[in-house]
Amino acid sequence: MSAPLISFRNVARSYGAGEAEVRALDGVSFDIRPGEFVSIMGPSGSGKSTAMNIIGCLDRPTSGEYLFKGIPAQGLDQDRRALLRRHALGFVFQGFNLLARQSALENVELPLIYKGLPAAERRALAREALRKVGLEGRESHDPSQLSGGQQQRVAIARALAGGPEVILADEPTGNLDSARGHEIMRLLQALNREEGITIVMVTHEDDIAHYAGRLMVFTDGHLTRDEPVKERA
Amino acid sequence: MLWEAVRLAFTAIIRNKLRSFLTVLGVVIGVAAVIAMLTVGEGSSAQVKASVERLGTNVLVLRPGRVRMGPPSGEPAPRFTLKDAAALSELSIVAHVAPQAAATYPLVAGNANTSAQVSGTTADYLMVQNWPLALGRAFEPGEEASGAAVCLLGQTVRDKLFGSADPLGETLRVRGLACEVIGVLSARGAGSFGQDQDEVVLIPVKTMHRRLQGDTDVGSITVALLKSVASADGIRTVQVLMRERREIDIGEADDFSVTDMKDFNTLLTGVNSVMTGLLSAVAAVSLLVGGIGIMNIMLVSVTERTREIGIRLAVGASGGQVLMQFLIEAVVLSVLGGVLGIAVGLALAWGGSVYLAIPFTPSALVIALAFGFSAVVGVVFGFFPARRAARMDPIEALRHQ
Ligand SMILES: Nc1ncnc2c1ncn2[C@@H]1O[C@H](COP(=O)(O)OP(=O)(O)O)[C@@H](O)[C@H]1O
Ligand SMILES: [Mg+2]
Repeated sequence: MSAPLISFRNVARSYGAGEAEVRALDGVSFDIRPGEFVSIMGPSGSGKSTAMNIIGCLDRPTSGEYLFKGIPAQGLDQDRRALLRRHALGFVFQGFNLLARQSALENVELPLIYKGLPAAERRALAREALRKVGLEGRESHDPSQLSGGQQQRVAIARALAGGPEVILADEPTGNLDSARGHEIMRLLQALNREEGITIVMVTHEDDIAHYAGRLMVFTDGHLTRDEPVKERA
Repeated sequence: MLWEAVRLAFTAIIRNKLRSFLTVLGVVIGVAAVIAMLTVGEGSSAQVKASVERLGTNVLVLRPGRVRMGPPSGEPAPRFTLKDAAALSELSIVAHVAPQAAATYPLVAGNANTSAQVSGTTADYLMVQNWPLALGRAFEPGEEASGAAVCLLGQTVRDKLFGSADPLGETLRVRGLACEVIGVLSARGAGSFGQDQDEVVLIPVKTMHRRLQGDTDVGSITVALLKSVASADGIRTVQVLMRERREIDIGEADDFSVTDMKDFNTLLTGVNSVMTGLLSAVAAVSLLVGGIGIMNIMLVSVTERTREIGIRLAVGASGGQVLMQFLIEAVVLSVLGGVLGIAVGLALAWGGSVYLAIPFTPSALVIALAFGFSAVVGVVFGFFPARRAARMDPIEALRHQ
């Protein structure tokens, strides 16, 4: 078996102090290997987003260890964590989080700007990413001119453009109707299978979770279930 | 990355045209004020310098009347006469003496008419003033002695009455007195106060006395000292002579003044630089106000774009890159204000120099400085808002509505 890409070692994250302390994560340990597709489920407030933010180097554990490719990421300073996000991680959010008034192409180019790529190369990579998510010909559209499903594809193209090792998707189908949700899932599944990109996804829906190969369930800040997905939807 | 940030800054500024314009108004006004003041100041000191050089060295102007502060008192001081001028020219230290008796009279030539200062003087006046003729000749001794009806025209009078036609030999009626035009003075431009020095007609002083003025008063006498004479010595000698001629008792004050034109012009330059300093201080204050305006709007902009900042941080922008972006936006904003201010300032200075009839002398250094200052204002006042953006927590920022 390959070395883990993502390792949580007894990770805890709490907010506030004393009486008011909230333990969003309360000692969670797991490994995710390269190429896995993991769904995370659990009731609202169980710590799913908190875990995703820590994996995405947007947040740090209060205690315990988070290793990314064996590197203790919680010890990295802000700039190093930015570098990690820039080169290894891609985010897909429930609310798409595209820049309004910027075309689809410009949105997809955004992470490449911070990589310092020249404009022509950026454009080529962004076009290629938009083609992969099936938005060829929509490059110059503003987010406001695109449907929700299309906007989420732009967001996936943006996550994809930088050539990430992991795509982190927090409820990516939460704002979409069922049919559009399944389209997005087939796309993520294809990226996982064909490009070998590791995907970690939070969802509330069983049939969406079943696109993954592994299911983790969080309850009250604890990892309460971690098992392979048996049947596919 | 830098170019991206500049492009982005322009996009953000264009998106909020009116707001951006109002934001930079302070900088525009500050820079425009600096540019206009310094350019006009420069032009007027160039003017003063030129008139000092033109006068040559060691020129004294004598006027009747005490130099004193406060209200005028008692009877007016006696005027000078041509005898005073003659006595002055006897002094060994004097090169030229030119008496002047001047008044403003209507002038008519053919169908054209105007009015201008008519100055009765001698051919020496041209020497004293270092003022060459453009056309024709000066008064001849015979004409001066007999009070002949001849005249020399300043360029402005020539333009007004004769246009481009040749005025030599034509007749100019000075308050009805028909004078033959024998020469035209070269153009001099504006004097130290911005007055038009070319709006003048010169006639022999005797002609003035006998045929126009009706008395023999001389309003002022201009004396050119020999080059080898120190002006302080010259002034003393002239004062002694005039006190004697005017029978002023020892212990009594002079009832005339002797001004060294050099000192006068130095004084003007001094006044100029005080004005420039004062107005520059005002401009500095308005740049400060402009900078605070920029800081204010950048803080608003950072708050409005919190979510955008979160997105940028999430896709891998470092705090430094976000800081750069907002700093560049502030600098672009204030440099745009600076450029606008430079344009407005130069336009004002140009208008001012036309109005004051002084040379328009835009200085590359002043423009470069104004440009530099506006960039500095952007950096200084943009830094705090930019740092606030750079220090945002990406999770909080993404959650922001
Ligand atoms: N910034 C925060 N400050 C205080 N409490 C927070 C903050 N973020 C999350 N929490 C709390 O942590 C717990 C887990 O939150 P979250 O990870 O967002 O849950 P989930 O994504 O599973 O719904 C919740 O009780 C939530 O209220
Ligand atoms: Mg959540």
